[in-house]
Amino acid sequence: MTAVTAPGAPTADPARNITRTLVIGLVLMAAALPFLVGKSGVISNFTFLQLSLMIVYAIAVLGLNLLTGFNGQISLGHGAFFAVGAYTAAVLIETYGVNYWLTLPVAAVLCFVIGYLFGLPALRLEGHYLALATFGLAIAVPQMLKYKHLEPITNGVMGINLMKPDAPFGLALSSDQWMFLVVLIVAVAMFWAARNLLNSRPGRAMIAIRDNTLAAGTMGIDTSRYKATVFGISALYVGIAGALHAIIFEFVSPDSFRFELSIAILVGAVVGGVASLPGAIIGGVFVQFIEKYADAMTKKLTQAIHLPLELQPWTLYGITLIVLIYVMPGGIAGGLAALWARFRRRA
Amino acid sequence: MAPLLEVSGLKAYYGATEALHGLSFALEKGGITTLLGANGAGKTTTLRAISGLVKRDGRITFDGEAIDRAATEDIARRGVAHVPEGRGTFTGLSVEENLKIASYGRRDKSGVKRDLDLVFSYFPRLKERLNQQAGTLSGGEQQMLAISRALMLSPRLMLLDEPSFGLAPLIVQEIFHIMRRINAEAGVSMLLVEQNAALALDLADTAYVLETGTVVMSGPAAQLKNDEGIRKSYLGY
Amino acid sequence: MEQLIQQIASGLASGAIYALVALALVMIFTATDHLNFAQGEMAMFSTYVCWQMIQWGVPFWPALAFTILFSFILGVMIERIILRPLHNASVLSIVVVFIGLLAIFHSLAGGIWSHTIKNFPSPFPNVTFAGSGYIGAHQIGMIAVSLIMLFALWGFFRFTPLGLAMRAAAQNPVSARLVGVNVDWMLALGWGLAAAVGAVAGAMVAPVVYLEPNMMASILLYGFAGALVGGISNPAGAVFGGFMVGVLENLVAYFGNLTEKTFGIYIVGNGEKLTVALIIVIAILTLKPAGLFGRTTVKRV
Repeated sequence: MTAVTAPGAPTADPARNITRTLVIGLVLMAAALPFLVGKSGVISNFTFLQLSLMIVYAIAVLGLNLLTGFNGQISLGHGAFFAVGAYTAAVLIETYGVNYWLTLPVAAVLCFVIGYLFGLPALRLEGHYLALATFGLAIAVPQMLKYKHLEPITNGVMGINLMKPDAPFGLALSSDQWMFLVVLIVAVAMFWAARNLLNSRPGRAMIAIRDNTLAAGTMGIDTSRYKATVFGISALYVGIAGALHAIIFEFVSPDSFRFELSIAILVGAVVGGVASLPGAIIGGVFVQFIEKYADAMTKKLTQAIHLPLELQPWTLYGITLIVLIYVMPGGIAGGLAALWARFRRRA
Repeated sequence: MAPLLEVSGLKAYYGATEALHGLSFALEKGGITTLLGANGAGKTTTLRAISGLVKRDGRITFDGEAIDRAATEDIARRGVAHVPEGRGTFTGLSVEENLKIASYGRRDKSGVKRDLDLVFSYFPRLKERLNQQAGTLSGGEQQMLAISRALMLSPRLMLLDEPSFGLAPLIVQEIFHIMRRINAEAGVSMLLVEQNAALALDLADTAYVLETGTVVMSGPAAQLKNDEGIRKSYLGY
Repeated sequence: MEQLIQQIASGLASGAIYALVALALVMIFTATDHLNFAQGEMAMFSTYVCWQMIQWGVPFWPALAFTILFSFILGVMIERIILRPLHNASVLSIVVVFIGLLAIFHSLAGGIWSHTIKNFPSPFPNVTFAGSGYIGAHQIGMIAVSLIMLFALWGFFRFTPLGLAMRAAAQNPVSARLVGVNVDWMLALGWGLAAAVGAVAGAMVAPVVYLEPNMMASILLYGFAGALVGGISNPAGAVFGGFMVGVLENLVAYFGNLTEKTFGIYIVGNGEKLTVALIIVIAILTLKPAGLFGRTTVKRV
């Protein structure tokens, strides 16, 4: 059995306090950013949108981390919950005029229920079978969004256009800057909740199930209920991320949530470090970065090393993934932790 | 005469844990040597180290050639046949296929045929069950099959890991009787690991007693058997 | 009624392809416990190689033979070079490596041959025969070639020493090594064979779905479903599962059309057939977690 290490467990280690101070400081600095920059244009609205998207994906990756990294279940279909969350927000805001803040809890509850209900039968499936079931979910949801009888609600392949909310209370912020703050606040709350969950009794039970399901069962943990609940919580996180994405991106359509999104979230989780909370942030950055810059990066690289043939962005992506697994099997977070440990031993 | 198998300073590791701490012993050509000791003394690990199934360190020579860096499959082809703990049956294959697979790398067709006949002369029961799925055999039959599979490699040395495990006394007697015949008639040397020390000492000519990964005592089997002090303190009977 | 038979016939034809893909998946799975998500993209890439040969003037069958050989070597090399060093890695790491391979083959094919849809010739003469109304010549050919492949593989595994060694290595790697089988190479050969089978599946299905980098995506999914529903560790079950999924998919579309025509109610159409087929497969799996022909193994604490 692998050792159970809960991240952020209270210890006498002074490094913990330093880490905590550092995290709080960084978050405050990030929160101050929109106010400092204001309308000066030093950081463009577009950049704020990019940063927001990174945080949104980080929340989604965190959701999958809870399921995969801390509970040992693989999902190839979390894009489906992202889609459900996004459509919940879009439909509530556009059709029913609901305040965007209120859409988040609705998306959360809805995704939790769907995730839990999906998790119940799916629990009987393990490993590759669960992978197939979730894979099916990822394929099914975009198709369902186009489904004829749902068209009055979902607007079919056309999707739904939204308007980004303005900053309230007469704050001198652009809507991109304001939404960056919103996303940041939600993300802090979600990460804080995840950390507390993992340090609680149920959290330790979750990890015990990952390490040895059968043994956990004999210790009196109701493994089925736990697994379904974790599936629900995981879906909840991804659903909230989806809702935020719809609000800041101002558009939802079935084709935005294709199978590739599920893969991107999974890859983000593994690349970041699957059983690590900071890993989720790295994963989120990775997902957004690849989506946005894979093309440009590839072109630059091709020129820089004078490659005779034209390198395709996804070829580079694939090679990067494989190399990363070789070099850092524990993801980037795991790799950094190993480097840090080596550095400390030397010092 | 140089020994058939010579082990010196053998260490073995499971992950970072050292399980054998510099074991040394030798095995004469044509002999039967037994490794005795309590659970966890390192008997099975010793066999696994010789076959290259665990990470190892130290010197192992077989018939004058070093095998401590060779791969498991090469060691098997050189004539060291390992009958593993738990019998290692290919449960989904037929009895015939279980035997055939061991002659997979052999080129001498007539030799294979001769060895097959030899196997059937020792274990006629297997011949009756050739087309049966090996997983459906009884424990004793599976042990016979495991020894037969090893014989099909045309080995010079057989490593036997707890051949009596979980079998009824009558079956054990039958199997040990045939092991003696294989040793005498086919000239196969044997390294035997056994929980049942009395049984092993009856069959073997030389014995080593292991304790937590080191040899604590060795000598002719008969001598160990007759020394009540040794029996009481090391062998527990 | 005639339409129903037609649908079942074309279901069997696509089922033959799913069966081949399922078999390729099972071959790697039984030896390594991994499902190769890149199997479809590897097959697609092989099909492009075949197309290129034909473009250069090589007749179909020699081109296919060369493609099979090429795919076999490619599969062996991928196992030896990329996967061998990772044999102790976690399932998740391997999944990501497969995703990486998928991305590489997909983008390479698009980069070399562009993303435009290409016609792929059928090697079978377009003749009419008794029953032509129900099934086309190419579909018959597809089924025939698939069945020949399946029997050839069965014979190889059942009757040749190498086939026996590969089965033994997959079943009990330690015992196999102890009787002198080089298990590492058996795994690589398994990868090679799986890639070769995939190449045949690709070349057979390309005339139907047209050649483009996405052509194997849904086929892989059906093959995956077929393999699981039949029992992932059972080659015969996987083949049956492949055929079953093929027929199922067509029946879903057929009954969807039927209800729309007779009752005027739209329930399912071509857009949803993949979803419905998957839901049925998953439902079967929740009832029979090891698949229809798989054995459940008892786990130890």
